[in-house]
Parts: sequence; structure tokens; C-alpha cells
Amino acid sequence: MSRATVRIPTPLRTFTGGAGEVPVEAATVGEVLRVLGESHAGLAERILDGEGRLRNFVNVFVNDRNVRVLEGLESAVPDGAVINIVPAVAGGKP
Amino acid sequence: MNARQRRLLQLKQTVPEVGPREAFTLQQEGATLVDVREPDEVAGGSPIGAERIVRGFLELEIENRVPDLEQPLVVMCAGGARSLFAAQDLRELGYRKVWSMAGGFNGWKNQGLPMEVPRVLTQGQRERYGRHLTVPEVGEAGQLKLLASRVLLIGAGGLGSPAAFYLAAAGVGTIGLVDDDVVDRSNLQRQILHTDERVGTPKVDSARATLQALNPDVKVETHAERLSAANVERLFQGYDVVVDGSDNFPTRYLVNDACVKLGLPNVHGAIFRFEGQLSVFWPDYPARQGPCYRCLFPEPPPPELAPSCAEAGVLGVLPGVIGTLEAIEAIKVLLGIGDPLVGRLVLYDALDQRFTEVEVPRDPGCPVCGDEAGEVTYVEYEEICAV
Repeated sequence: MSRATVRIPTPLRTFTGGAGEVPVEAATVGEVLRVLGESHAGLAERILDGEGRLRNFVNVFVNDRNVRVLEGLESAVPDGAVINIVPAVAGGKP
Repeated sequence: MNARQRRLLQLKQTVPEVGPREAFTLQQEGATLVDVREPDEVAGGSPIGAERIVRGFLELEIENRVPDLEQPLVVMCAGGARSLFAAQDLRELGYRKVWSMAGGFNGWKNQGLPMEVPRVLTQGQRERYGRHLTVPEVGEAGQLKLLASRVLLIGAGGLGSPAAFYLAAAGVGTIGLVDDDVVDRSNLQRQILHTDERVGTPKVDSARATLQALNPDVKVETHAERLSAANVERLFQGYDVVVDGSDNFPTRYLVNDACVKLGLPNVHGAIFRFEGQLSVFWPDYPARQGPCYRCLFPEPPPPELAPSCAEAGVLGVLPGVIGTLEAIEAIKVLLGIGDPLVGRLVLYDALDQRFTEVEVPRDPGCPVCGDEAGEVTYVEYEEICAV
């Protein structure tokens, strides 16, 4: 188990009560998302599709590495890692 | 014999001289021709390929242009006198193979050797861009490059305003603006190209007025159209860089796909409330193969998963930060200096005042720029937020 900090992007902060960072203990990125989803209802569904795969318009980075070129959701989370969740953002079209 | 004549005779003893034809041969063999005449003289013509450094700045500038003291130099002026003085100074500076060209440019021209009329800055441009001219990475050559450059901005709004403003100030010669919107009072909290009295007028016209008031050197091409699959290639034609400051997913994917197809660098900025994203998507970047926007985000979110329209909103200063960074990336790409954000994504959080950089790997399976990608066909996504 590693202790990591997950940075929550603004569009998803409605699921974290406005919090921009959530501390998580987990060994893999998949576990991080599962733990997050358990503590914050609705959040995991924004990041993973119905089959549990990373959605096409969201990326997850362990420190600066994109998990798509690591081992996806199996990617290891080192102790002290910063996990960035980065959704596609278009702009402020009202 | 006066002092000047005496000194010239002395110099002829120590500085080897070559005629124009011999100088040309030396140049073809790899020597650098250094034209030390004044800008108004150079404006009338100068040997092709010559380094042009005015006599007054020669010692200060020469190492920036020719760092190797072993590089052979042929110094030239109009008649062959100033170049003797200049050549002697270069020898004293440490250059070991220095010639003075007897007969100067007049002799070069009379012998029909290859010359060009170089583009040079006007006196007004020298004043305006003086602080660029003293930066070695820009200098006169870079400034001339900017003046000959063409940048297309998608959107004359929050991001496009600061980007276009600074690009115009920097002397990017042609700035294209694509925006079909009119100025609304609610835009003025962040869209600094527009003014209160221009509320209701087309944004591209308002933007042009501001940009040309700042810098009349700049040609502003306005396209009061909404970007579509039908017009995107026509609008992108002839530009060197595209700066994406759009506010919706359909446009962003269209910009990406057209940039990939046309080989154009796509300077990307996006903002939401207090957060910004910045990158340069450019698969054809000469230094390393870069990703495109679809390598990062293959598809836009469906409407039900996109940030809701009610949530949209932005701190007015935020596009100032991101749009200005887009202008910096555009200028770097135009000048070929520094390391552009190709393959890197910068995340900016204004509340924490934090920049984070993450990698954007190229996806070899990308449907648009990947190894197996075929001809690009444009997809027109549905407008998510049609309020």
C-alpha cells in the first residue's frame, strides 16, 4: 500500500465536496479509482466506463507519467505519488 | 599622406586582401562573408549569404554569429577601406583566418557576383522592436521572420485576446482571426481586445481595431465565420501556426484534425474556472514526432458527461495567463527557438498558483495521426452546449 495524493480537476470537484486534493492509500491506479469511487459517489463513473476502462476523454497521470503508456489501471502507485486526473476541457461556451 | 592613408597602408601590410572573385571562391569553400556596411547601404544589396553586422557592433556581435575562431572570414564594406580596419579588429579579437575584400561591394557588384536585396527593418521598426533586436535568440533575422509570419487564431475571445494582442505587439506580420460572434458586455470581464463601446459589433472587427491601434505593421485578416468541415482547410491555408482559443469541443477536434492533415502546429490552450491546460500538438514537429490532441483525448465527452453549461465560468485573468503562454509557444515555433510544449501538457491551477507538467505520449494507434491512420476525414461533433 502506498500513500498518494489525488488531484481532482475542477469539473469533478462536485463529487468531492469541492476538495481539490484527496489522500488515498492504494497500490495501483485501479485501486486508487476504486477507493475514490467508494468515498465519493459518482466520481469513478466519470473516469471509467461501464466496463471499467479509462474513458476516452480522461487521462490519469502517476506523477508526470500517463498510465496509458504504463500498465493502465494496473500501474503501480509509488509511495508519495501525486495522481493527476485530467479531463478534456473545451472552454467556457455558455 | 595623411594619417588615415598611413594607417591603411600599415593595415595592408598585416591584413591579407582578396578581390571579390577570390572572396566568392572562399565563400563557396566555406568562409563566412561579413558585410560591415550600414543598414542603408545593405538595403541596396549585399552578397547572398553574407552575415550583415554593422561596423559599430562587429566585435560585440560576431561571436553570436560565428562562434568558431578558426572559421575563415572575409570582411567587406563598400570600397575596401572600412573592411581593413574591421578585419584587423577581428584578428585582434582572436579570429585566425581573416581577409579584407579589396574593392568592396562595388567591386562585387561590378563583377556580377551573386547578390540579393535583403529584407531589412525600417527605422520605425528598429525603434518598435528594439528590445527584440537585442535578444540574440530573436535579433534582426528573427524579427524579420516574425514580420513574414502568419498566425491564425481560432476565437477572438478570452484566450484569443491576449494571444493576438501579444503576437501583434511582437510584430507577427499577419494575424488571422476566426470568430463569428459579436461582442457582448459579459465578454469584457476577460476579452481584453474589445471595448464597452463595441458591444454588439463583430468580434473580429473589434479585435482588428485594437490590434492595428497597437501595431499598424500588422495585417489582420478577419474571418467572421464559424469553423466547419467545409471551410477549415480554406481558412487554414497559408498560415504557419494555428492558435486554438476556441470554447467548444467540435471546434477543437476540427482544429486538431485539420492541423494534422495540413502539418500545422496547433498551439492549444483551454480553461475552466481557475484551471488551464496548455500544449502544442504537432505530429510534424521536426525535432521529435509529437502527439496530436486525439492522442491525449481520442474523443470528446458525450453531453451528459461534459461539464454542465451552468458550471462553465472562468476567472477573467485566467485566459490572460493561458493565452499569453500560447503566444509564447507560437513565437517559439515561428522562430524555431527553445523547446516547445510538443509531447508535454502543462496544467495550471490559479488557486494553488501551481504549474504541473505531464507527458503526452504519441499514440501509434491514433486514428488521425497514428501509424495506420489513413486520409483525415472530418467529424462534426454535436454542439454539447447549444444555449
